[in-house]
Amino acid sequence: MDLHVTGASLAAHIVVRRAAFTLDVALTAEPGEVVALLGPNGAGKTTALRALAGLIPVDDGHIVLNDRRIDDPAIRAFTMPEHRRIGVVFQDYLLFPHLSALENVAFGPRARGVPRAAARAAAAEWLGRVGLAEQLRARPRQLSGGQAQRVALARALATDPQLLLLDEPLAALDARTRVETRAQLRGHLAGFGGATVLVTHDPLDAMMLADRLVIVEDGRVVQTGDAAAITTRPQTDYVARLVGLNLYRGHSAGNTVVLPGSFPLTTATSQEGDVFVAFPPAAVALYAQQPSGSPRNTWRATVASVSRHGDALRIELVGPIPVAADVTPAAAVQLELEPGREVWASLKATEATSYPAG
Amino acid sequence: MRVRAPLALAVPALVGLAFLVLPLAGLLVRAPWSSLPARLAEPGILAALRLSLLTSTLATAVSLVLGVPLAWLLARTTFPGRRLVRALVTVPLVLPPVVGGVALLLVFGRRGLLGGWLDATFGFTLPFTTAGVVVAEAFVAMPFLVISVEGALRGADARYEEAAATLGASRWTAFRRVTLPMIAPGVAAGAVLCWARALGEFGATITFAGNFPGRTQTMPLAVYLALEQDLDAAIVLSLLLLVVSVAVLAALRDKWIFT
Amino acid sequence: MRARLLAAVALTAVLASTAACGGDDTAAAPSGGSSSAAGASGSITVLAAASLTESFNQIGKDFEAANPGTKVTFSYGGSSTLARQIAAGAPADVFASASPATMKTVTDAGDGAGTPVTFVKNQLVIAVPKGNPKGITSLAALAKSDLKVALCAEPVPCGAAAKKALATANVKVTPVTQEQDVKAALAKVKLGEVDAALVYRTDAKAASSDVDGIEFPESAQAINDYPIVALKSAPNATGAAAFVGYVQSAAALKVLTDAGFQQP
Repeated sequence: MDLHVTGASLAAHIVVRRAAFTLDVALTAEPGEVVALLGPNGAGKTTALRALAGLIPVDDGHIVLNDRRIDDPAIRAFTMPEHRRIGVVFQDYLLFPHLSALENVAFGPRARGVPRAAARAAAAEWLGRVGLAEQLRARPRQLSGGQAQRVALARALATDPQLLLLDEPLAALDARTRVETRAQLRGHLAGFGGATVLVTHDPLDAMMLADRLVIVEDGRVVQTGDAAAITTRPQTDYVARLVGLNLYRGHSAGNTVVLPGSFPLTTATSQEGDVFVAFPPAAVALYAQQPSGSPRNTWRATVASVSRHGDALRIELVGPIPVAADVTPAAAVQLELEPGREVWASLKATEATSYPAG
Repeated sequence: MRVRAPLALAVPALVGLAFLVLPLAGLLVRAPWSSLPARLAEPGILAALRLSLLTSTLATAVSLVLGVPLAWLLARTTFPGRRLVRALVTVPLVLPPVVGGVALLLVFGRRGLLGGWLDATFGFTLPFTTAGVVVAEAFVAMPFLVISVEGALRGADARYEEAAATLGASRWTAFRRVTLPMIAPGVAAGAVLCWARALGEFGATITFAGNFPGRTQTMPLAVYLALEQDLDAAIVLSLLLLVVSVAVLAALRDKWIFT
Repeated sequence: MRARLLAAVALTAVLASTAACGGDDTAAAPSGGSSSAAGASGSITVLAAASLTESFNQIGKDFEAANPGTKVTFSYGGSSTLARQIAAGAPADVFASASPATMKTVTDAGDGAGTPVTFVKNQLVIAVPKGNPKGITSLAALAKSDLKVALCAEPVPCGAAAKKALATANVKVTPVTQEQDVKAALAKVKLGEVDAALVYRTDAKAASSDVDGIEFPESAQAINDYPIVALKSAPNATGAAAFVGYVQSAAALKVLTDAGFQQP
C-alpha cells in the first residue's frame, strides 16, 4: 500500500524484516493528532517506533515528515536521529543519571546550539509547565515514577519537535499513578502542535490518549479507526477481547447469521454475506433450566471457568459456541455456578449486531 | 550491618594480606632510620623522585588521550579483526618489559623504523631523553587503561546514547556529555592502575631510555643501581617510593573509582 | 596418597645419595698446572662477571670434557649483583668477579673458601659501530658534544675503570646513559643508539662482527684485575676447587687470552 504525500505531517510505510516476522505497517499523523499503535507484545510496535526515530533503518517503504524524506531506501536517503526533528519518550525514560532534571531537559536545546543560560531558562519553564518547578535540581534517582515520566516528556518537548514519539509511556507506573498521569499526559498532548505517535499494549491508554488507533498484530495493521469504531466493531479476536466483547464470524442471510458448526444466531441488524457478530458479556443471561417460551438464541452450555470481573463474575462457557457471560455474584450463587455445571444461555436478538467483515 | 567472614574465606584472605604486606614490613624494619634524614637530603634522590612522578603522570595523560578512544573503538564498533586488535593491545601486558624496551628501540631508536626518519627530519631521537621515558612507561601501562575503560563501556547502557541522539546530540557530543561522565569511575580506576604501573616500570625504561641522573634515571632505576653499592641507600629509595605511592593511592576515595 | 608418600621418600633418597656422592673424593689433584682434576664430578655452579661470558662458556665445555661426569652451569651478571646474591645465600660453588673490590665484600663476609686468586686482567677499549663511522681515534674525541657516548655506571667495575681512565687523561665526557652492566653498554653500540662506549677489550672482540674496538693508551692506567674464589658454602666443594684450579691452567689461559684478556 503506497501513501501519497498530500501535506500530511507524517506519512510512513514501515517495512522491517526480522527473523521472527516482517513488520509492514503504514500510518499517517496530522499536526496536532495523536495516533496510537496498539497491539499485543511482540507485534512489532516498538520496532515501528524505533524506525520513526531513526534508531533503525527501514528495509523497504519510506518515512516522510513534513514533506521531507527522512528514510527512503529506494533513493538511499536516511536522516540520522540527531538530525530529525523528533522527541522521544522511552519506556524507562532514560533520564541521564548524572544530570539534574533541569540539565536533562536543557540537554536537547544545548545539543542544538542554544547557549547554556537560555537553554536552562527554557528548561525551567518546561518543568514548570509539567508541574515540577520544585524539582529542578533533583537527580533522576530522587524522583518518583510519575515525576520521572513528566521530566522525560518535558525533555522531549523542549527541543520543539515536529513529531513526538512515546513508547509505552505509562507502563512503568503503578496503577494509581497511572490514572493521574494519564490525565495529565492527555492535557500535554492536547497542547502539543506537532504529530504524536504513541505505542502501547494497554487499550485504555490508547482509547483515552489517542484520536486514532492503529491495531498491529504480528507485524501487520489489522484495524484502524477511532475509539468508538474499534470498540463497537472489532475486526479481530484480539481487539474484541481487548474491548471486552464476544466476537464471531459467520455467514449472514438477512437477520440470521450462521456461525461455524451450523449454529444460527438471530441478530438485530440485517446483512448479507460474510459478517462479524458481536455482543457484550452482559447481554448473555444464564438459567438453570431451559427458559420457557423458547426465545431465539438459546442453547445449552457448560461452565468452563468463573472469575471476578469488576463487580460482576465473568463466566466462560463452552458449548455450540464459546461465550463469555457476566452475572451478579448473587445470581451465580443461586445458579450454583462452578466449572462443569450445565446451564442454559440466552441472548436477546436486539443485543446482537452483525456488520460486514473485511 | 557487620558481615562475619566465613573461615574458608577469612583464612586465605589473611594469608594473602600477609604475603603482600610482609615484604613491605621487611623494608621498614631493615631501614637505616638513624641516617635517614642525611640520606634523604642527597641531591640525586629528590631528582629521581621528581622525575618518576613527572614521567608517570605524563605517561598516564598520554594513555588517557590515546587509550580512551581506543577503548571506545573496541567496545562500541565492529570491524573485521577486532578480536585480533584487542589481543595485540594487551600484548605489552605479557611481554617482558625489557623485550618491550628492545622493541621500542627497533622502532624509535636512531636506526629504527620511525626513529631514523625522526632523526633525519628533526634531528631528534627519543632514546636517552625524558620523553623516551614517558614513551616506555606509556607502552607498558596503557593496556591497563584500555582494558579498564573497555570494560566500563561494555557495562554502560548504550541506550542512553540513543536517547542523546534523539535529542539532537552528535555522536561526539553524546560521548562527551553522556557516555564519558557515566563511565568516569572506570576511567579513573584504569588511570590509577596505569599510573602505578608506570611508576614502577624498570626494564623498558632502562633499555629504551637508558640511565642518566636527572634526565632518565627514575626511582626504580636509582634503586637498582644503588643496590650495586649500598644496600641501605637502596632501602631508603625504596621506602621513599613506597610512601609516596601509598599516599597517592590512599588519597583516592573509593567512590571515585568503584561504581 | 600412599603412592605420593613413597615417591617423596624415593626422591629424598636419590637426592641424599647424590649429595653424598659429590663429597666423598679426597684424592683431588692439586691446582695449578694440570688440566684435569681426578675425582671431580657432579654439578658445579659458577657465578661470573658478564665480561667472562664467552670465555667461560668455552672453558666450561673444556672442563667437562677433561672431567667426565661433571656439569658446569654459569650465571653471568654484574659483579656486585652476583656478590649480593652470594651474601643472600644463593647456592653457588665458584665466584669470578671483574673487580677486586666486589670480591672483597664477599671474602669480608666470610663467604670465600681460601684466598681469591687473580686469574686474568682486562683493559678498556672504545667500542664503535663497525667501520667507525664517526672516525673516533682517541679518548679525547669522546668529549665532542655531538657524539652520543654510553658508559657503565660508576658502581659497576667497568664504570669505575672508565672513570679512572678519563680522569688520568683529563677528558670530560658526558654520557647519554650509564648502563648497569658492560653488555648493556655494548648492546647500545650494536643497535646504533650510541656512537661509542667504553667497554672491555674482550667485549669488543666478542662482538667483532658488529663493533670495532679502538685502543687508547690511557687504558693502561685503569686495568681491571679479575679474582676468582671457591665459595665456603659450596654444595660441591671438590668440584669448586677443581674448577678454580682449571681456570688457572695453561689451556684455560689460552682461551682467555684469545678472547682478549691479559695474563695475570
